[in-house]
Amino acid sequence: MKRIILDLILLIVLLTSCAPVDLNAPIPTFNTGVNPDSWAQIPAGEFYFGQHEDIESTEAYEIMVTDVTVSQYAAFLNGAQSDGSVKIVDGEVVGYYPGDVFRGVKHEEQIKAGDWIFIPLEDPSQRIEFDGSTFTSQPSYENHPMTMVSWFGAHGYCQYFDWRLPTEKEWEKAARGSDTRPFPWGEEIQRENANFYASRDPFEDMGSFGSRTSPVGFYNGQKYGNYQTLDSASPYGLYDMAGNVWQWTGDVYEGMHLRFLRGGSKDTYDMDLRAWVRNNATPTYVSPGVGFRCVR
Amino acid sequence: MQALKNRLNYLFGSTKGLILVAIAMVAIETAVWGMLSGPMAELGVREVVVKALGMDLVQAEREGRIIILYHSIAMAVVAIETYMITSLLKMKEFYKIAVRALITVGYILAMVFGMGFAYFGHNWALHGVYIFGLSLIFFAGVLLVIALWPWNPEYHVTDKVYASTKKGVDLERVAIFATAVTTVISALFGAIPGSYFGNGFETFLAENIIRYPEKTTMEYSVIGHLHIMLALIAIMITLIIGRWLNFKGILHKTAMPLMILGTIVLNLGVWGVVTPLEPIAHMIIYVGATPSMFAALLLLIWSWGKLIREGTANLEKPTFGQKISALIRDPLQFGPTWQMLFMNFTTSGIGIFMAIRLNEIFRVWPAREERIELTGHWHVLSAIIATIILLYYGDMIGLKGKVRQWYGWGIIILSDIAFAAVTVFEMKRLFISEAEQQPLVNLLMYMMDFGLGMLLTLLAVVMVWRLIDLFKSKGRWIEEVDHELSQEVMK
Repeated sequence: MKRIILDLILLIVLLTSCAPVDLNAPIPTFNTGVNPDSWAQIPAGEFYFGQHEDIESTEAYEIMVTDVTVSQYAAFLNGAQSDGSVKIVDGEVVGYYPGDVFRGVKHEEQIKAGDWIFIPLEDPSQRIEFDGSTFTSQPSYENHPMTMVSWFGAHGYCQYFDWRLPTEKEWEKAARGSDTRPFPWGEEIQRENANFYASRDPFEDMGSFGSRTSPVGFYNGQKYGNYQTLDSASPYGLYDMAGNVWQWTGDVYEGMHLRFLRGGSKDTYDMDLRAWVRNNATPTYVSPGVGFRCVR
Repeated sequence: MQALKNRLNYLFGSTKGLILVAIAMVAIETAVWGMLSGPMAELGVREVVVKALGMDLVQAEREGRIIILYHSIAMAVVAIETYMITSLLKMKEFYKIAVRALITVGYILAMVFGMGFAYFGHNWALHGVYIFGLSLIFFAGVLLVIALWPWNPEYHVTDKVYASTKKGVDLERVAIFATAVTTVISALFGAIPGSYFGNGFETFLAENIIRYPEKTTMEYSVIGHLHIMLALIAIMITLIIGRWLNFKGILHKTAMPLMILGTIVLNLGVWGVVTPLEPIAHMIIYVGATPSMFAALLLLIWSWGKLIREGTANLEKPTFGQKISALIRDPLQFGPTWQMLFMNFTTSGIGIFMAIRLNEIFRVWPAREERIELTGHWHVLSAIIATIILLYYGDMIGLKGKVRQWYGWGIIILSDIAFAAVTVFEMKRLFISEAEQQPLVNLLMYMMDFGLGMLLTLLAVVMVWRLIDLFKSKGRWIEEVDHELSQEVMK
């Protein structure tokens, strides 16, 4: 009898682990009051760069206060499709990229001029819907960061509006300001500061679908239902510079086709949310945990 | 007073006492610091532990903290292996005492003061004592090398069933000597960059820079150091287990030259990463690893054959089932080599697969995914070495009957459940997407937590039992005071 009970428990656990995840499970909708069309001014000057606090400097620039949202990206695709800047090939939105200089360094792969994937349309994690003529945001995801977007898709978006992706230096300066803080808001992290793995935010359910994105600017000190957030803006007023989604940066390094990501995400532990932490992936990589913002 | 003196004499003067202290130190450290990461952090246990112990965790110092944590555990493991070697092999009493004294003081200083520096405020005096502790361990290593000198006629073998040269030089001793020498030299590959710490060299974790095409010589040196030190600890425990099981015969004669060759070539490859040989260093490493792993396979074949032969000696024509039954009859003798075999599925196999398909699969994924594979597979290797030590320790302390079975199989099954789960976790992206992974991740986490948690509980039970035993005037510790491992080598 004991043996049967043990086997049954094991079977239930195994079946539970194999149960399909509902990627379209209802998600709470909140208005954060943060305008995704706003920009922050970053002054020229020196700042602490990296874990070991090297002194670096940048020119003045403006950076988006939030990640690019799903609805912003859908609007871009509609415009870009109508003027031929992007097209749909085999279930993917693709656009032109002029290629990288290839040096044949070990592990380097050639990125040639041509059409490259911006976003996959048929991936179940994609929050952009396409009815054959128009791109729209999946309901409730309008103010969430745009995800499932490749580096080409992020680069293409910024370039379309005559903007660009931030360099790693620009990104880090915007995140931590002029002091040595590891997080945009200060020295330590609490669960209510950011959306990271098992941070117990209203969007996650670790028993089924796990972490999900939160609306841009969510961690602004507001109370949403019973959930009180901490105001987690960077010294320059940017939101989501730690957690929610990794953000593509624009640097193309010599002898390396990989592109760098910053900020950590809903899927990483808090250590990856420190401002100097770097991640990288091939420029065609897409993920429900990767987004971007632009500078100008 | 005499009672205390007797107990201290056992704990710090006898082989089994020294091993017990080191295992207890590692167990305590693993139990406490294991609560700072992974699921324990998710559950909020980390916050409680940090507050309760008054830890000072500065975000920018995380990597440095972890490096000291790894070192403090590794030093205790190196000490355990040293105690085993000095007890298993003949050597002059002076060297035996000196090596043990240096390494014991060294690892305890490194562990206590290193962790004090890393986790309880950056008091640089503590860092100084930590470095002093590591230096003592280094000098213990140098002395051990001298003590092991295999060409001394006193250490020649006379029994022809063991690998030896025509002149009688013990090739097993040469293999242990080669491993000890290369360990001492390889320690320098970490020590030299470490001496530049804060002065042209900054702390980093190798897994975080693995994809950068340009690395400094110091970074290469550290990457080489961490790989070779773990590999050498693994090679040494293989040799120790071989000695305990009394590895001999034709397979021993084949294995020992291979082990010597493999160890030397492997080291040359790793040291080559800081020379112009860097572009072909990996190839040299593969060439060196192959004979070492083959030698370990020969040990496995020999020991399993022996277990089967001995277990079926009273049967005229044993069936396959009877042979398997004989093989697994004693988990403490079967376990170490089984864990070595299991390592191929969780460490070597994964490493080779990654090397072959690196650009096509692993470098397409984000660096953080590759980091999981890298850290996962060497954590498993480290833990496998720990389980092998614990299996040998179970025999050392004379576990018998059902306790021996429960202890042995507990270690094997619980650790293998956890290691298998870690391996699937590392490779999950091959068969499941990020969006759909959570239920699988949960199951794997339960398996890891269950396996490792229960294993630590089992270890805690043994440690508590040994602690209670120390309070007894005629406890088991009395019997162990004068025991040497060389007296307990298998027949």
